[in-house]
Amino acid sequence: MKNFISDSKGYYGEYGGAYIPEMLRHNVKELGDIYFDLINSDGFQKEYRNLLKNYAGRPSPLYFAPRLSEYYKANIYLKREDLNHTGSHKINNTLGQILLAKYMGKKRIIAETGAGQHGVATATVCALFGLECIVYMGEVDIERQQPNVKRMEMLGAKVVPAKSGSRTLKDATNEALRDWIANPEDTFYIIGSVVGPHPYPDLVAYFQSIISSELKEQLVEQNGDENPDYIIACVGGGSNAAGIFYHYIDNHKVKLIGVEAAGKGVNTDLNAASIKNGHRGVIHGSMTYLMQDDDGQIIEPYSISAGLDYPGVGPLHAWLNDSGKAKYIEATDQQALDAAYRCARLEGIIPALESAHAIAALDIMSFNTNDVIVINISGRGDKDMAAYIDSLKYLNNYE
Amino acid sequence: MNRIDSLFQNKKAQILSVYFTAGYPELEDTMKIIETLDKSGADMIEIGMPFSDPVADGPVIQESSKIALGNGMNLDLLFKQIKTLRQKTQIPVILMGYINPVFRMGMEIFLNKCQHAGIDGLILPDLPAEEYEEHFKSLFEERGINNILLITPQTSDTRILEIDNLSRGFIYVVSNYATTGGQSDFSSNQLSYFRRIKNLNLKNPLMIGFGISDKKKFNTVCEYAAGGIVGTSFIQALNEQGKIEKKVGEFVQKFKEVL
Repeated sequence: MKNFISDSKGYYGEYGGAYIPEMLRHNVKELGDIYFDLINSDGFQKEYRNLLKNYAGRPSPLYFAPRLSEYYKANIYLKREDLNHTGSHKINNTLGQILLAKYMGKKRIIAETGAGQHGVATATVCALFGLECIVYMGEVDIERQQPNVKRMEMLGAKVVPAKSGSRTLKDATNEALRDWIANPEDTFYIIGSVVGPHPYPDLVAYFQSIISSELKEQLVEQNGDENPDYIIACVGGGSNAAGIFYHYIDNHKVKLIGVEAAGKGVNTDLNAASIKNGHRGVIHGSMTYLMQDDDGQIIEPYSISAGLDYPGVGPLHAWLNDSGKAKYIEATDQQALDAAYRCARLEGIIPALESAHAIAALDIMSFNTNDVIVINISGRGDKDMAAYIDSLKYLNNYE
Repeated sequence: MNRIDSLFQNKKAQILSVYFTAGYPELEDTMKIIETLDKSGADMIEIGMPFSDPVADGPVIQESSKIALGNGMNLDLLFKQIKTLRQKTQIPVILMGYINPVFRMGMEIFLNKCQHAGIDGLILPDLPAEEYEEHFKSLFEERGINNILLITPQTSDTRILEIDNLSRGFIYVVSNYATTGGQSDFSSNQLSYFRRIKNLNLKNPLMIGFGISDKKKFNTVCEYAAGGIVGTSFIQALNEQGKIEKKVGEFVQKFKEVL
């Protein structure tokens, strides 16, 4: 069996695999047996590339940010995933997975969502392909992300509240898995990040890898060299980071930096820094780092950014961290808000709160003058206006 | 001899296995429930180790796990509670739960504690058969602990034979496409699935679980398997008013009555 990055059983070093009950094995194996050849088939590639270009609006621009560059005394480029259709990188993955569903003859699509970005991207592609769409969303997240709930409903999806556990993203994922156990024949589960049992981490990373394949060409065109000094991305589950790191993994000229959510601080109980504060274990079918107590119970994380508010991290990142192939740092809520305002005021770009964590690395790390730095702007900030309005007091710092 | 193995050697039909969640309804109920189940005539006991994210369970067992964790249940405490298990009863006892708390403790330490407490078998649904075979099989066998694997309506005959080779004690036949609990009556598809498994003549005995809510359904599964596993409806019975001993006794009695 062939995979993109993981080994034949879906492991990245010691991480990954498929720790799933027998009830899910058939579904997961059915997908695992065919995804690699299917994705690499001419028909699939033709259809996928066409949708990325003409529906999602790719390639996304690589934008040299002159005022941020001047402010930080470095050469800063922004990879504009926020300009994709539906407003984030999530569409790269949902277009790929809906095609897998179509080729496999599945009629019913399920998904989990936290902030609603993946839910919207899934509802969008289901409308496009005329497939039934059920999105599981924590009851708490439904409350705080109403606009995205309404977007999904307008697109024809059914949003089902996850009422178990802490009623957030991890519980929405549990509910989606339970749905899949109960509906194994006709249902395709579109997972939103590089998490879950093999083959999901591998195939989601592949669908997001379009980001770094474009980046290489764009950097050659704009800077004469495909290798920047740094590539920086935020990491919750880690799909946008996986995508922008993908073609640079094992390229020793480029430093890969993932930014986790430190919430109120990495030394408080309120953070979502799974690599920094987690321990090795199994969540949603994958061996990885996760936030858990001494008894192995999963701890509910916290971040101002709903998209980073996940207690685990993709196994790819656990492996990149342990092997030193990428470095992971943390940004607090406050640092992310500061970064969002700076980006808005200096470049006229309001980033998603998730992406703001990546921008915050500019304040947290030190760089050499003229270092070439690429930051993945994974999504736009429209969905986060309520949080930004709450923090308007920071405006004073910039006026 | 492992108590599960001797049970199936001595009794070939109408085996009643009862599941409950450790720490539910009250933290200190564990031994009381075990002893009463034994006295009332249950044949085997599955103790659920509560987990924060029980993906394979329906709402009733999810809720019991949440309450048990809220009561303060954890693996260390459970092993303390069942320290005197084998002074009190010789009924076969299985621990059932998700793999993360076990990995957190360390598989070898966990197995040692199981052996010490007199646990006869483990059901760890999200430890895949392949992982078990490659990494843990010898650790289980050295300690005389049976690993009980699951099959579902979607498990192919080839895989069932592999699972039969890897299993010790019995095979847990999941009755349907569903999480634990639910369902009104067995469909014809389910019955033909039970028949198919029965006709494979596996070396391990079969126990059918998930959705065995009453005596009638228990009797049906007993036509195809050595017995049935009851969980959700027992948790619901525990949730009712009254003394544990009375509730447990009456529940088991219902399954023992000759219809």
